[in-house]
Amino acid sequence: MTANPVLEVRNAGKVYGVDETLVTALHGASLSVAPGELVAVRGASGSGKSTLLHLAGGLDAPSTGDVLVEGQSLAGLSRKDLARLRRRSIGYVFQDLNLVPSLTAAENIALPRELDGTSAAEARTEALAALAEVGLREVADRFPDEMSGGQQQRVAIARALIGPRRLVLADEPTGALDSETGEGVMRLLRARCDAGAACLLVTHEPRHSAWADRVVFLSDGAIVDETTADAPAVLDLGALT
Amino acid sequence: MSIKHGLLALLAPGPKYGYQLKAEFEATTGSAWPLNIGQVYSTLQRLEKGGQIEADGVPDDDGRVVYALTPAGREELAGWFHSPIAQESRPRDELAIKLAMAVNTPGVEAREVVQAQRRQAMSSLQSLTRAKASVPDEDLARVMVVDSLIFAVEAEVSWLDRCEARLRNARTAKTPEKEAVQ
Repeated sequence: MTANPVLEVRNAGKVYGVDETLVTALHGASLSVAPGELVAVRGASGSGKSTLLHLAGGLDAPSTGDVLVEGQSLAGLSRKDLARLRRRSIGYVFQDLNLVPSLTAAENIALPRELDGTSAAEARTEALAALAEVGLREVADRFPDEMSGGQQQRVAIARALIGPRRLVLADEPTGALDSETGEGVMRLLRARCDAGAACLLVTHEPRHSAWADRVVFLSDGAIVDETTADAPAVLDLGALT
Repeated sequence: MSIKHGLLALLAPGPKYGYQLKAEFEATTGSAWPLNIGQVYSTLQRLEKGGQIEADGVPDDDGRVVYALTPAGREELAGWFHSPIAQESRPRDELAIKLAMAVNTPGVEAREVVQAQRRQAMSSLQSLTRAKASVPDEDLARVMVVDSLIFAVEAEVSWLDRCEARLRNARTAKTPEKEAVQ
């Protein structure tokens, strides 16, 4: 694949505090995510994975290095331009607090498009299409508390990918879900990536990170390891498929 | 792994040939454990000697025999389904031994041993997950077999995570200032 990466983290470091209270949360980490790619980040608490995700999403600025989204460096952007890029290019899926409780599923999904100036009618059409893509057309007019946890997470994924956005940053999206529902969410993320989205996923569950094309291990703020699915099979997997 | 009980279970619905049993065993378990036909026939011979199965009728033109469960075989099978399998202690778990040795062998970086193993396990987990994605949900038997493999490898990855954390903590305890501030 020679497609330009949707996300590029170049030697990004993050330091908090000053002098004696100085803490390095991330040491020069580099990674990129291409269209169609799902990259999982694993690591213990405090390993720097949330910091990495925040830098990737422009929610925090790196102390050193740079982050590029759709080829655009975040470093040179004004606050306003950064907010616009976040809104137009990046979708976020978190463990919880994903949806606005007073808006229906369709309204939640349409919200970022309306904020961006799309007409309400057009945004709703896009939202319904996005819901259909995640197999949830029937919940369009339900409020979050009328949906199951799994449905809410699927709606959040639909919202993350509405409009021209194709980068999803997911922070423990299966965290609050049971094993089966969590797998449904991972299957959906995988399917959206197979359809061309790029996703950077933080999860502590090995089983869920295994849906990724690459798994990156963070330890003490540094990438210590990386795996792909190309390892020699321990079993006759050809026969399983 | 009990081929014996697997074959008894496949005979429960009705008599079958040896080659049929091999094919059905593999189809049910998703070929996770391929059998060779010799294994199947030697197991059938033992079951026949033990009175749990019997040849049903005369051999066909190719000399092949249809096997059927006997009442004793049915009883054996029911007992197998109704008794849980014990968590066997694995006295010679090579991985656990390797890590125990790595911790105490001079010149060996145990953390690297853990990471190399985890890389391998994680890759296997990714391959298994890909395989699973292509098995239809309706194929319950195969999905459950793949799940079983996935959960087992996941347990290994989680254990290796824990090992890595323990090794890191042990090192931090020795040199606190080096780890906390860089």
